[in-house]
Amino acid sequence: MTAQQHPAPIEGTHLFDGIAAAKGFELNAMCYSFNEAANRAAFLADEDAYCARFNLTSDQREAVAKRDVLGMIAAGGNIYYLAKLAGIFGLNVQDVGALQTGKSVPEFKQFLLDQAQQIKQLEATHG
Amino acid sequence: MAEIVGAYFTSHVPAIGGAIHKGLQQDPYWKPFFDGFDKVHEWLAQVKPDVAIVFNNDHGLNFFLDKMPTFAVGAAHEYHNADEGWGLPLYKSFQGHTELSWHLIEHLVESEFDVTTCQKMLVDHALSIPFELAWPDVDAWPVKIVPFAINTVQHPLPSAKRCLALGRAVHEALKTWQGDERIVIIGTGGLSHQLDGERAGFINAEYDKFCLDNLSKDPDALTQHSIHEMVRLSGTQGVEILNWIAARGALGEAAASEIHRNYHIPISNTAAATLLLEPDALVGA
Ligand SMILES: [Fe+2]
Repeated sequence: MTAQQHPAPIEGTHLFDGIAAAKGFELNAMCYSFNEAANRAAFLADEDAYCARFNLTSDQREAVAKRDVLGMIAAGGNIYYLAKLAGIFGLNVQDVGALQTGKSVPEFKQFLLDQAQQIKQLEATHG
Repeated sequence: MAEIVGAYFTSHVPAIGGAIHKGLQQDPYWKPFFDGFDKVHEWLAQVKPDVAIVFNNDHGLNFFLDKMPTFAVGAAHEYHNADEGWGLPLYKSFQGHTELSWHLIEHLVESEFDVTTCQKMLVDHALSIPFELAWPDVDAWPVKIVPFAINTVQHPLPSAKRCLALGRAVHEALKTWQGDERIVIIGTGGLSHQLDGERAGFINAEYDKFCLDNLSKDPDALTQHSIHEMVRLSGTQGVEILNWIAARGALGEAAASEIHRNYHIPISNTAAATLLLEPDALVGA
């Protein structure tokens, strides 16, 4: 195996590849179903029964029960589908970012705002 | 003879749609982003396109993991938005240009781009928001569309080199199109952002600048990075730059001029950018 086939991992980053897609199929299928309002209502009415319908693995079911985003990703969840689940709980991408980075939501939002400094730094470097 | 009037690129963060809906364009958080569209409106009023070829990516509305095409081309009479899971108001529908879709498909497959063809295709915020930004006050879109959906969800993703080549093949196909339309090329998404993982919130202004600086004069420079390297540099969702690269290809191999750029950090979790390019020579298709 060459270095090219296995490039260095990217810190804090989980590529959604075929292995993840296979592992996460059931969880992502459930999240995809949330495109329909009736399915979102059914999930809220009886979360256990709804998860059972999609045959979530025990890891997936546990991560959903705990609202553990990193756990869902480890269990093969893809963020585009998970965002639909997050929406059911009224969470947006800053809330989800905060949950994954151990920051509070205001801290995560400030972290995003602070990155505007990158523009000033670039202007200083490139003139 | 059809004419390619230029290319329009913009980020498509879902929250932009919310801001439009709530009329927050002048709100201090949103103003630096929305102010970048005055020039876009002026330019579109001047070049008056009637067809748009749009490179974007589906976010789990039309495609699921059961079938995930690398390159999908719409060949529908109409394209509708639908609930993406958040119960938001639906965006306006689009009219397709089916004859042009099939012309492009014929040429692409002949050129060994084995695309997936879609006579039905739901379109999500990635297509609707750039149109809402470009034509904010219309009841119906002034252009017919041919949408391309590039897989940016499930790896392996197509390389930047392949996306540029796809766009260039579209450009070649337009040269033999007999219509007299005025065609605008649109690329949507990006720039650097990452929604998932412990690195969520990652933004890289330096890589974004590299992309923006090179798209006009040297788009091949963007093909030097592997997908893995692009994820490292631009974030897991920053790979949506592939849509921009394909769109740049469709503008043709010749150099283009940047006539407008806006770059702002942050919009939601994203470094947001808007760009207009015009071909240096009039491009008769
Ligand atoms: Fe996107």
